[in-house]
Amino acid sequence: MKQDKYTEKLTYRIRSMEQLTAAAWSMVIECPDVAAKAVPGQFVNLLPDGGFTLRRPISICGIDKNAGTLRIVFEVRGKGTKALSELRAGDTVNMLAPLGHGFTLPGQDARVILVGGGIGTPPMLPLAQYSGAKAVVISGFRNRDAVILQDDFAAAGAKTILCTDDGSAGRFGLVTLPLEEEIKAEKPALICACGPLPMLKATAALAETYEIPCQVSLEERMGCGIGACLVCACRTKDANGDEQYTHVCKNGPVFNAQEVIW
Amino acid sequence: MADLSVNICGIPFKNPVIPASGVFGYGREYEQFYDLSRLGGIATKGTTGTKRTGNLSPRVAETTMGMLNSVGLQNPGIDAFIEKELPHLLACDTVILANIAGSTAEECAEVAAKLDKTDVHMIELNISCPNVKLGGAAFGTSCTAAAQVTKAVRAATKKPLCVKLSPNVTSITEIAKAVEAEGADALSLINTLLGMRIDLRTRRPILHNNMGGFSGPAVFPVAVRMVWQVANAVSLPVIGMGGVASGEDAAEMLMAGASAVQVGTAIVQDPYAPLRIIDELNDWLDSNHIATAAELTGSVKPW
Repeated sequence: MKQDKYTEKLTYRIRSMEQLTAAAWSMVIECPDVAAKAVPGQFVNLLPDGGFTLRRPISICGIDKNAGTLRIVFEVRGKGTKALSELRAGDTVNMLAPLGHGFTLPGQDARVILVGGGIGTPPMLPLAQYSGAKAVVISGFRNRDAVILQDDFAAAGAKTILCTDDGSAGRFGLVTLPLEEEIKAEKPALICACGPLPMLKATAALAETYEIPCQVSLEERMGCGIGACLVCACRTKDANGDEQYTHVCKNGPVFNAQEVIW
Repeated sequence: MADLSVNICGIPFKNPVIPASGVFGYGREYEQFYDLSRLGGIATKGTTGTKRTGNLSPRVAETTMGMLNSVGLQNPGIDAFIEKELPHLLACDTVILANIAGSTAEECAEVAAKLDKTDVHMIELNISCPNVKLGGAAFGTSCTAAAQVTKAVRAATKKPLCVKLSPNVTSITEIAKAVEAEGADALSLINTLLGMRIDLRTRRPILHNNMGGFSGPAVFPVAVRMVWQVANAVSLPVIGMGGVASGEDAAEMLMAGASAVQVGTAIVQDPYAPLRIIDELNDWLDSNHIATAAELTGSVKPW
């Protein structure tokens, strides 16, 4: 995109870029105005260079208000995220942020269980940093080569439980097994989850069984990212229990699990 | 500084750049970025007689230099629009084009009659939405149906009536003439082209509705061609749209015969797109020593 006074408002410098796995990248963006406002669970909408029409929504993995930076971790899924992965420290990126409705957290002394699946794991990190030793992070990946952020969760002081689909790292199997064990060990004040839809659905079902508040971060193909174009619709229930379409970019990405029509 | 003002159906616009219906909601989301009074006008989200929930997701797919959408006219209904959104829009000091749609000519007329009692500046009748089963493009792809719905809405309102045309037709000029004959005051075109993308891995269409409306820079030459054809076929003012993403695109659309342009997909990508297009159009006019935007309209010199 041609640089002008309008694109300047959305242009931010990349402080660092790190490859975490074959597909996953970590990017730290210098954006003091955005970092000052951002809350866990919100996302950024990045426009890759190279003639792409749509921005790529990516959840926020780190908010450093003192340094004035945001960290995002994303996976190369197609040409747009490939282009983003080729950016390096010192390059700039066109970003709309912070966007969306984030997590609503209990006090720091409350026990929370954070459930992440694959590239849905990154938005759990700011929550783990907030709750520290009161947080249990259960994250699941396809195999050991896809595992990310375990050291970051440990550094936050959280209890970490790693699962893989093939047992090549951590526990063999789905995140819902350790989730139920942790619920039984001590009922948490809140469960937060982000990841594949079947994982979210199973997590929400367990939360309902044990009567625990649950917030889930949803994903949908997105357009403007600010609630105007109405493409990223998801089915939710309104206050009367009637079905409605709300929008992942504005009403979400974080919803109370009970609102979501699975 | 060129004179960017234009006049359509007796309504003065401070500049010829209008966010298109569908990408701009009812304007509120864009106020965090700039004062809406800087816009030439706002074409509001297509609004129907009663609330509509729209289509299942996914509703969007990227294409080379464009996108597909299949929102399906999600809107809160005309009563909620008039009560909750219109007063705020009318206070924005810009021209408000209320985009309306319906499953039947009667529904469209009923919506227009309700708007007739408000201070909205212009009604844009959508007879071209490709994403709904009833009404929508079913009106806009037959001369008889286009004439019938225009006649019904014309009878329901004295507001300036702009009819938004579908490009998914054999001859857009025939539709334009049919609509002109029933009392339309202006035409806007083009709505989106019907398109489709398939996910190679799942072999499923990316859009849950299978097909959707194609827009963005890729459709710009089609839009310029149709605006030129229609402007030459009728004596009504034309609002041109379809892939306009720069001031030079706007100038080209005006030369083809448009009195103003609407901007859609460019705003989905960048909220500042309309302001950039206004600035670039002004710069282009200045650097070419052209005093007014209005004199560009229809100034193409065909071979």
